[in-house]
Amino acid sequence: MQLLEFQAKELFREYGINLLNSISSTNIEEGRKHAKELGYPFVIKIQVPVGGRGKAGGIQKCQNDDEFELKYPQVMDLTIKGEKARAILLEKMADIKKELYLSLFLNRSKRCYTIIASVEGGVEIESVKNQIIKEVGLGEVSDVLAKEVAKEMKLEGKTAEQFIDTLKKLSKLTIEKEAELVEINPLAIMQDDSIMALDGKFVTDDNSNFRHDELQKYQEKTEVEERAEKSGFSLVELDGDIAVVGNGAGLVMSTLDMLSDNGGKPACFLDVGGGATTESVYEALTLISKLDRVKGILVNLYGGIVKTTVVAEAFLKAYEDNLIDLPVFSRLKGTESEKATQMLQGSRTKIFTTVEEAINAAVMGVKK
Amino acid sequence: MTKIFELLKGNPEDSDYKNKGVIVQGITGAYGSLHTKQMIAYGTNIVAGVTPGKGGQKFEGTIPVFNTMQEAADATNAKISIIFVPAKFFLGAAKDALNAGIKLLVAIPEHVPVRDTMEALELAKQKGAAIIGPNTPGIMIPELIKIGIMPPMPFKAGKIAVLSKSGTLLYEISDALTNAGFGQSITIGIGGDPVNGTRMIDAFEMVKDIPDLEGMVVVGEIGGDSEEILAQRIIDSGFNKPTVAYIAGRAAPKEKRMGHAGAIVMGTYGSAESKVSMFNKANIPVAKRPAEVPVLLAGKMEKSD
Repeated sequence: MQLLEFQAKELFREYGINLLNSISSTNIEEGRKHAKELGYPFVIKIQVPVGGRGKAGGIQKCQNDDEFELKYPQVMDLTIKGEKARAILLEKMADIKKELYLSLFLNRSKRCYTIIASVEGGVEIESVKNQIIKEVGLGEVSDVLAKEVAKEMKLEGKTAEQFIDTLKKLSKLTIEKEAELVEINPLAIMQDDSIMALDGKFVTDDNSNFRHDELQKYQEKTEVEERAEKSGFSLVELDGDIAVVGNGAGLVMSTLDMLSDNGGKPACFLDVGGGATTESVYEALTLISKLDRVKGILVNLYGGIVKTTVVAEAFLKAYEDNLIDLPVFSRLKGTESEKATQMLQGSRTKIFTTVEEAINAAVMGVKK
Repeated sequence: MTKIFELLKGNPEDSDYKNKGVIVQGITGAYGSLHTKQMIAYGTNIVAGVTPGKGGQKFEGTIPVFNTMQEAADATNAKISIIFVPAKFFLGAAKDALNAGIKLLVAIPEHVPVRDTMEALELAKQKGAAIIGPNTPGIMIPELIKIGIMPPMPFKAGKIAVLSKSGTLLYEISDALTNAGFGQSITIGIGGDPVNGTRMIDAFEMVKDIPDLEGMVVVGEIGGDSEEILAQRIIDSGFNKPTVAYIAGRAAPKEKRMGHAGAIVMGTYGSAESKVSMFNKANIPVAKRPAEVPVLLAGKMEKSD
């Protein structure tokens, strides 16, 4: 999961990384109280789990009550890359000399943690120039390495000292929480040469959740997502009208691609996992029935060991229980497909031999 | 570099040539026992199983079950193991196997913490062993040995190497290849995790010098940069066997994990465009649909004739 800025900063604070004063709120009444505590001027920052907030108008300066009353609701109402505001962070305005970039991430190809640092921060990582990249291994960043990075960045005196300290704390945090990525951008040099983390990005390794109860409070899940997880499914909600279901992440992604190529708009990505049973397909249909905007369901199962009749039973049961009333366009690879096709005769589920045929029928079907 | 055929098949003078022994870790679990039976049916020589606390039992009346990998390895001299334990026990099982002298470890579990994978890999490096996975369907030489969970139908013995991050796409594309008359010399499941025991380039090194190899198919997906690195290696190595790629996830939104822990695009890192453009640079055509893979491969072969 990706933490929100204020959540990442809670962790930074816990590890002693320098931060400006800031308080988060979820409504304007709370916000007003915080505005008084903090005092003007401050910045209003939308809390969404995606980047590009500044460009989208999600970060606004506030000099007085009038500006606050105007801007707080505006920022709260923004949707950025499909994400609505989870909270608003009020943060003291800072007198900045220079913006740096610093991150630690899990380097997939090198199979170790890696530092990226730059004296030209404050822009998205792709545009960060003069990147200093250092492989760390599996342990914490050593004193020697931290000093080397500071030296290469040509930092001096108090700034260098605080940078080294920040890097070491960041590395302790990354390793102890098993993060995939922890980024401070910008990491600011203030007028008094001190170092401050002005933003925070934190991506966890969800597979290590069982070792990190302390991070679970940051988990936000819809009812559908929670049920999906319980069943061992992977679900990503999208904004189209054709639900895409399959077994295996690669196969479902591939189906999504082909559907999009043919002019269809996927409503969700739903991977029921390696095998498929009557129960798992029935549960998948249950979850889809809870999503609005779905006009049709595209099913692509590569059964192998699975009998397609078993899957057909799930469709029939879903109609019988009035769980769904939607057309289903299905490609089922596996044994007994002739029998499955017969079973579904007269129902709203159609079986196709190739996925291309199923996709074309789905695209046509939802247009009607 | 791991000589994969020597491990999986052996040399004609070996007493166990084409009959290499495999140990199953987690043999008594529901998943492990189902797939052990399937592997035996495929012809894989399963010589022992390991489940702590169940030592002394016999699986299916014939295969001895041991409490530890050391005992199983000592009793059988096997160098290959496959792991079916739950993700949180993976690291322990992997260490147990590597310390017992296993040289090829096939790691089936999904949801292994990345840190555990990296620790297992460090140990494997010290021991000169290879890990396939985690989150892999496994590895197979069709019609000879299957160490994994693949259904048998899509595969046929032949001369094309298939490397795939995804399991079901491996089946789908091998099926299409088989139907078009392209059998497979070996198929390697890379796995859908961010950190893979055998990366795309490692798998490439394993297969590139197969004497009668006629072509290679790379099935990638969004996330990471292993496809890009592979494409660069192919350029640098001058590998000239007909090669075709497929990349899943072109239509996936950014910053969303698409089922596999590794399938996530951050900015441009891991994007399908980045992978496709690198393959293009390496003169490797990228199929739009799985069904297009054999068509492109046939086209490549005609040109190389």
